[in-house]
Amino acid sequence: MVTRTVKVASTSGLHARPATIVSQAAAAADVTINIGLPGQEPVDASSILLLMTLGAEHGAQVVLSAEGDGAQEAVDKLAELIETNLDDPAVAS
Amino acid sequence: MTATQLQGVGVGRLAVVGPVIQVAPLPEVADDAVVERDGVALSADQIRTVVDEAFPAVAADLQQQAADATGTVADVLAATAAIASDPALRGETLKRIDAGTAPIAAINGAVEMFARIFTQAGGLLAERVTDLHSVRDRLVAKVMGLPESSAPSLDEPVVVVAVDLAPADTAALDLDKVLAIVTELGGPTGHTAIIAGQLGLPCVVQVPGATKIAEGTVVAVDAATGGITVNPDDELVKEIDARAAAQVEFAADTSPGATSDGHKVDLLANIGTGDDAERLKDSAVEGVGLFRTEVLFLDRTSAPTIEEQSRAYAQALRALGGRKVVVRTLDAGADKPLAFATLPDEENPALGVRGYRTVRAHPDLMATQLDALAGAAQETGVDPWVMAPMIATPAEAREFVALARARGLKTVGVMVEVPAAALQARALLSEVDFVSLGTNDLAQYTMATDRLRGELSDLLDPWQPAVLQLVASTARTGKELGKPVGVCGESASDPYLALVLTGMGVTSLSMSVSAVPAVRYALRRHDLPTCQRLAELALAATSAPEARERVRDAVEPAVLTALG
Repeated sequence: MVTRTVKVASTSGLHARPATIVSQAAAAADVTINIGLPGQEPVDASSILLLMTLGAEHGAQVVLSAEGDGAQEAVDKLAELIETNLDDPAVAS
Repeated sequence: MTATQLQGVGVGRLAVVGPVIQVAPLPEVADDAVVERDGVALSADQIRTVVDEAFPAVAADLQQQAADATGTVADVLAATAAIASDPALRGETLKRIDAGTAPIAAINGAVEMFARIFTQAGGLLAERVTDLHSVRDRLVAKVMGLPESSAPSLDEPVVVVAVDLAPADTAALDLDKVLAIVTELGGPTGHTAIIAGQLGLPCVVQVPGATKIAEGTVVAVDAATGGITVNPDDELVKEIDARAAAQVEFAADTSPGATSDGHKVDLLANIGTGDDAERLKDSAVEGVGLFRTEVLFLDRTSAPTIEEQSRAYAQALRALGGRKVVVRTLDAGADKPLAFATLPDEENPALGVRGYRTVRAHPDLMATQLDALAGAAQETGVDPWVMAPMIATPAEAREFVALARARGLKTVGVMVEVPAAALQARALLSEVDFVSLGTNDLAQYTMATDRLRGELSDLLDPWQPAVLQLVASTARTGKELGKPVGVCGESASDPYLALVLTGMGVTSLSMSVSAVPAVRYALRRHDLPTCQRLAELALAATSAPEARERVRDAVEPAVLTALG
């Protein structure tokens, strides 16, 4: 299993717009990616509802994990997205 | 028939008269309802398939609605579609069905599980509960084979009344036939209110008893007061018709701000982000009179980088395409604390290290911000105006001007919000290129009244003669020295006070963009000598209500009718 810990860069945390972008990216991946707060039960990152219930604010650490072929690549791609400020208008446009 | 009055919370200033149509909520479907097709109950396997397929079908319907809509309506529908296609919601529902739960109970249970978490979390998440329930209603209808919307087809223009309207229900209405929206629930910042605002419809929410009004009854809906008058008399109908006609007129008026005799007054918008500036592209404003840059800094653990700031400032300068943009440097402290700039445990934060004073503890924040703004100016070729908040002395103004000029920023000013600055207007104005009066804080400090204390709001009335005196003397000094004196703050958005300020010699008025048309309309119907007389009337009053009454009695009667 591949795991990676990253910091949420979006100003509003994983809510609203950033949550939509992250869940869509996770849904598009070939493997199931889980996301959770350190030490807590992870959830399916492709679910916008579960993602928002994490309550991960700006600056929070989240743990990504996935298994199987392409897991490393999928986790790295999602990590990069979470480490980007998706609320920044220049990034979004 | 006698006129009865219902009271709610109005959104905007529009008003209209029309017949009521009630939009009933979808009939409740019992948790143990039997799912059948053509009168035959479905087997367990068939039920599982029907439920499983309902999710993508509802999502597709919503996506189609979103594609047919524009702006906020489209955004809200797309967000609702995302919930319908959520794998966790679908998985949770099917898990319950596989465990033997009846299909409708399974859908309700899964939706309520998320609704509960969202409600507990509060804030933004709590607002999504309406969307969750809207998805649930559509799923249930799809599974039961029932119609998915209770939105009636509309034959004539009507006032739509409902307990609450989910965005998807609002979007399903034939919006060309909707005169106004009235709901018993909902909030002034909720989705329905936002959509009504975008569509330019009068909207009143939180009106107890609204769904008791019989269909076809004529009502007057006044968003300016939040009042719903059932069976309005001829006089009220005439007044509202006159207002509606005037509103059409001033919404269409895009001429620059000026009095009837051609005295120019810049009408400007207050913004907080680069995105706000983008939305102003097609607005008839002469620019931005207050760019509150602290919005970039809020809810963060560290200051935004110079690149991040520069990008936001450049976006605003570019969006306004050479129109005037007044950027205010960081106004942290008091009601806007920042983790990295505000001193903890100040006993009196409104009187503490806030506004320009932050430079004493964090000179780097100011330096970075001015560097970022200078970078944005260079990149876009547009020269912004820049001003510092909470200046108390001419020495502070001189210091700020030196910092800004050292970076090549050409037009540098300060805000007048502290009575000391207004009293020293001459010395202050000789240091700077312009000043802008922040009337909300000026009232707070002049009247020694906390802005956050609702029960003292009468003391904070922008019509308080003491505050008006300080504004007048600052404006007079600006005129003598030939330097612009603007007003940004609540005062500027009150059309009657805008006339008074213009009469005092204020050269620009900055307000929320929605307030501009009414102010433009009031200005265009008065000449400068009249505005000067109105200013004298207000200044001669001994109380805020008296100042307001004197001015209202002396304005053009047509303006009073149009603005209410």
